[in-house]
Amino acid sequence: MSEFLQQLVNGVTWGSVYALIALGYTMVYGILRLINFAHGDVYMLGAFFGYFAARFFNAASDPNPFKALLVLVSSMVACGLVGIVIERAAYKPVRRSSRLSALITAIGVSLLLENGGILLFGADPKFFPQIIPARNIALGNGVTISNQQIIILAVSLVLMFTLRFIVTQTRVGKAMQAVSFNPTAAALMGISVDRIVTFTFMIGSMLAAAAGVLVALQNPKIEPLMGIMPGLKAFVAAVLGGIGNIPGAVLGGLVMGIAEVLVVGYVSPTYRDAIAFVLLIVILLVRPAGILGRQTAEKV
Amino acid sequence: MSSRTLLGFSLAAVLTAGLIAAGCGGNGGQDELVIGEYGSLTGNDATFGTSTKDGVEIALAELRAQKMGKIGGLTVRVQVEDDQSKAEEAATVVQKLINQDRVVAVVGEVASSRSLAGGPICQNAGVPMISPSSTNPKVTQVGDYIFRMCFLDQFQGTVMARFTAQTLKLKKVAILKDSKSDYSVGLAQFFTEAFTSLGGSIITEQAYQSGDNDFRAQLTAIKAKHPDAIIVPGYYTEAGLIARQARELGLKQPLVGGDGWESEKLIEIGGEALNGCYYSNHWALDAPDPRLQAFLKTYRAKFNGDPDAIGGLAYDAANVLFGALEKLAEQDPQTFKGLASSKAGSDARKAAEKKLRDLVATTTSYPGVTGTITLDENRNATKPAVIIEIKDGKKTFNSSFNP
Amino acid sequence: MKQLLIVLLTLGVLLGLDLLLPRFLNPYLMRVLMLCGISVILAVSLNIVNGFTGQFSIGHAGFMAVGAYGSAMFSMHVGVNWVRALEAMGAPTALAQGFALLVALLIGGALAAIAGYLVGLPSLRLRGDYLAIVTLGFGEIIRVIITNVDAVGAARGLPGIPAWANFFWVGLAVVAMVVVAARLAHSTHGRALFAIRDDEVAAEALGVDTTRYKVLAFVIGSFFAGVAGGLFAHYNAYLHPNSFTFLKSIEVIAMVVLGGLGSITGSILAAILLTVLPEALRSAQELRMVLYSLMLIVLMITRPGGLLGSRELDLSRWFRRRKPAPGSA
Repeated sequence: MSEFLQQLVNGVTWGSVYALIALGYTMVYGILRLINFAHGDVYMLGAFFGYFAARFFNAASDPNPFKALLVLVSSMVACGLVGIVIERAAYKPVRRSSRLSALITAIGVSLLLENGGILLFGADPKFFPQIIPARNIALGNGVTISNQQIIILAVSLVLMFTLRFIVTQTRVGKAMQAVSFNPTAAALMGISVDRIVTFTFMIGSMLAAAAGVLVALQNPKIEPLMGIMPGLKAFVAAVLGGIGNIPGAVLGGLVMGIAEVLVVGYVSPTYRDAIAFVLLIVILLVRPAGILGRQTAEKV
Repeated sequence: MSSRTLLGFSLAAVLTAGLIAAGCGGNGGQDELVIGEYGSLTGNDATFGTSTKDGVEIALAELRAQKMGKIGGLTVRVQVEDDQSKAEEAATVVQKLINQDRVVAVVGEVASSRSLAGGPICQNAGVPMISPSSTNPKVTQVGDYIFRMCFLDQFQGTVMARFTAQTLKLKKVAILKDSKSDYSVGLAQFFTEAFTSLGGSIITEQAYQSGDNDFRAQLTAIKAKHPDAIIVPGYYTEAGLIARQARELGLKQPLVGGDGWESEKLIEIGGEALNGCYYSNHWALDAPDPRLQAFLKTYRAKFNGDPDAIGGLAYDAANVLFGALEKLAEQDPQTFKGLASSKAGSDARKAAEKKLRDLVATTTSYPGVTGTITLDENRNATKPAVIIEIKDGKKTFNSSFNP
Repeated sequence: MKQLLIVLLTLGVLLGLDLLLPRFLNPYLMRVLMLCGISVILAVSLNIVNGFTGQFSIGHAGFMAVGAYGSAMFSMHVGVNWVRALEAMGAPTALAQGFALLVALLIGGALAAIAGYLVGLPSLRLRGDYLAIVTLGFGEIIRVIITNVDAVGAARGLPGIPAWANFFWVGLAVVAMVVVAARLAHSTHGRALFAIRDDEVAAEALGVDTTRYKVLAFVIGSFFAGVAGGLFAHYNAYLHPNSFTFLKSIEVIAMVVLGGLGSITGSILAAILLTVLPEALRSAQELRMVLYSLMLIVLMITRPGGLLGSRELDLSRWFRRRKPAPGSA
C-alpha cells in the first residue's frame, strides 16, 4: 500500500509538470487550431535558460529562495520572448495557409530549436545546479516526498491559479476567450487578434519555461532533446482533458502523470512512452472531445 | 526569370554539385596514409563519438610531435565521420571511408549495434577495424579483420559478480538495467549467470530506457523487496540520477555498476548519493602508471577535463594501429607502399592490408593507458578489470581482477 | 502484347544496369543510389496518403518498420531454407535468392498493409491535426513494441539478415511504385482520392465512399512503405529500432512536401535530392539538421506547394518551340 501511495505522490508531481506544459498547448490550439510542436522545445529552453541563469547568479553556491525565484523568473521571461519571436517569425506567415503547412512549419521550428540547441549547448547532457538543496520529508506509512516535489506542486498551483485569474478576470483574458471562440467576431469587436495571439504564445511559453526549471530542480539532467517526449505527452494530456479547455489541461496532465507512473511501476517501464499514445488513441476513439471538452457539431 | 524558377534552378544546381562532389572525393593530390574513424558525434550517444575523436586526436598529435606525423614516409591523416548514433548511417559512413577516403584501417565504433553495422563492410573490403569499446561478443565474430581493445561483458559481468559476492559478501541483489542498450542487457545477463553460480540470488529485475529521467517508479518497486545491493549495469547519466533518486526514496544500499559509469560527469550528476558505490572499469585514474599519467596530463591540457575510458581506449586503439603500421613499414617496406592512398583498390593494397591485419592480431602485452593489452585468438583484449569505489565524492581504486 | 514487351524491356534494362553499374560506381556510390531508391518508394507511398488524399499521416516510419522486421523475420527463418532447397534442386543462386526476397517483400508489405488498415480505421473519425497525432502515436507504439519483443532483437537490433537486395530489386520496386501511383492518379479511384483531399464533405455528398477510399489510401501507402522497409532490411543486413523513429517519418514528410503534395515526379526528385544532399554536405555535419529544419520552415512560408506543386514534371514542354500560353508561369 505504501508503494502505491509513493507511486501516487510521484505521479501527481509529474502530472503537475505535464499540466503546466499542456496549458500552453491548449491555449494556442484554442486560439489558432495549431498544434505547436515546438512547445516541448520551449520547455527545454526553459530548463537551459534556468541553467545559465543559475550559473550567472551563482545560485547554487549560496542557495536561498530569492535567488531560486530569480532563476525561475528570468527563465520565464527569456522563454516568453522566444515564444513571441517564434510566433512572429514562423507562425504568423502561415496563419492563412493550410493546416498541413502550419503543422509542418511547427515541426520545422521544433527541429530547429532542438538542433540549434545541440549546436549551441552541445549534445551531451548538462547538470542543473542545486539551487534548492534536497530534503526528504516522511509522510508516514513509508512514503516520502522531497521538498523539491512540494515546490513543484506549489509553484504549479500558483501559476495555474494566476492563469485562471488572468483569463477570467482581466480584459486581456476575456479577449483571449473571445478570440478562441470566434476570431472574426472578436476582430469586429475591436480586439487586435494579432496581439492576443502573441500574448497567448508568450504566456504559454512562460508556463513551459517554468515547467522546465521545476523539472530540472528535481531531475537535474538537461539536454537539447529533453523536450520531445514531455511535449508530446503534454499534448496528449491536453487532448485528454479537452483541447482548448484550461481546467481540462490540468486534469489531463494529472491523469497522464499518474497513469504513466503506475504503468511504469506495475506493468513495465519500457512501455512508458507508449502509454501516452495508447491513452490518446483510446480517448480519441471513445470521447474525442476529451474529458471536459464540449462535443461540437461540425458545421459544413 | 521569376524567383520560383530561380529557386528551382538553384536547387538543381545544388543537386548536381552534390552528385559531383559525392562522385569524386578524397584527396586528389598527395599520397597519404588515411585512417578512418567513425562515431556518434551527434544524436543520442553524442558523447561516445566525441570521446573517441578526442582520444584519437591526442594519439595523432603525439605522432606529429614525435615523428612529424609520418609513418614509413607517408603523412598520416585521420578522417572522422559522424554516424548520428544510427546503425544505417554507420554502414554508410564506413562505406564512404573505405571507398571515397581510401582508408587503410578504421577505428570505431563504441556502441556494439553500430560496430555490428560497420563491421561486415570492413570485413568484406579487407580493411582492419578496431573497436575501442564495443563489448558485445558478436562484434568480433563478424570476421578476422575486426578487433576490439576492451574486455567482453562476459568477463566484466563475472568481475562484478565476484566483487559483490566475495568482497562485499552480499547475497540478495536487485538489478536495474537499461533495456534499450545491448550493452546493459548483456552485462545484466552475464552478471546474473555468474552471481547465481556463486550462490547469490537476484530478487528482482527492473528496467528503464537510456534517456529516461525518472526512475522513482522502478526504485519504489525495488525498495519494497529489500535487496542488499542494487546492480546498475547502465550508462553514467542514468546511474547518477538513479543514485540520487534512490537516496531520496530512502534506499541506503550500495549501487554496483559497470564501465558504462565511467565519465568525468558521473560525480557531478550523482553527487553525494554515489558515496559507497562501486563500478568495474578499464582503468583507475589515480593508478601510478607513468604512461597513463602522461596521457592524462596531455588530455587535461588540451580538453580541460578528465577523459573517460572510451577516450583512453580510442587512444590505445589508434596507437596500436600506428604501431602495427610502423612495424610493417620497417619489416616490409615494399608491401607497405601498397597502403598509400593512391593505391586503393589495387592488389598491392589488398596484400598490404592482409599484412597489417596480421600485425594487429599479434598485439601482445602492449602497454596501453587502459591496461596491458594482449589480443587473443578471437581478437578480443584480455585485460584485468579494476573496481572503482566512490569515497567522499572521489573515484578511488578499490581492487583489481585478473581474467 | 505491347504491355508485355514494355514489361520485358523494363526488366531487361534493370538487369543490365544491375550488372553494369558496379563497374562504374564504387560500393559507396552504389549504396547512395540504393538508398535513393528506397527513399523514392517511401516518398511516393506517403504522397498517396498525404498528397493524393490529403490525410495527415506522420507515422510512416512505423509502417516501414513493420515491413522491415516482418520481411526480415520471414527471410531469416523460412526464406533461407527455401533458398537452400531451391539450390539443391539446381536453381541458380541469384534466382533462388531473388524469389525468396520477392516473397519476403510481399509478406512485409502485406503486414504493413494490415497495420495501415488498423491505423486507417480510426482515421475515419478524425481529421487534420488529430489524425496527425494519432498516426504519430501509432508509429511510436509500433517502435516501442519492437523495442520490447526479444524475438526480433528488441532494443539491441537484429543482425544477420540475408543481404539479398540488389539494384535490380530496388529498381523494380521503384518502377512498380511509380507505375501504381501514376495509374492510380489517372484512374477514377484517384479522382475520388483527390476529391476527398479537396473537400471531403462535398465528395461524400457527391457519392464518393470516403471511408473506403481513405482506408484504401492508407493500405496502399503502407504496403509500399513495408516493401521499402523490406528492401532496407535486406540491404543493410541489420535492423535497429532507432532507424524508425519519428525523425525518419519527418524525413519522408520533408521529401513529399519539398516535392509538392500530389506530384509523383516531385516526390521522386525531392527524395533523390534529400538523400544525396546530406552525403555531399558531410563536411557541414553539425549544421545539417539545422539547415534541414530551416528549409522546412522557409519552404512552408514561401512556397508551401513545394518544387512542383501538384503538377507533374512535364519534360515535353522543354522540347516544344511554341511560346508558353499567356498567364502561365
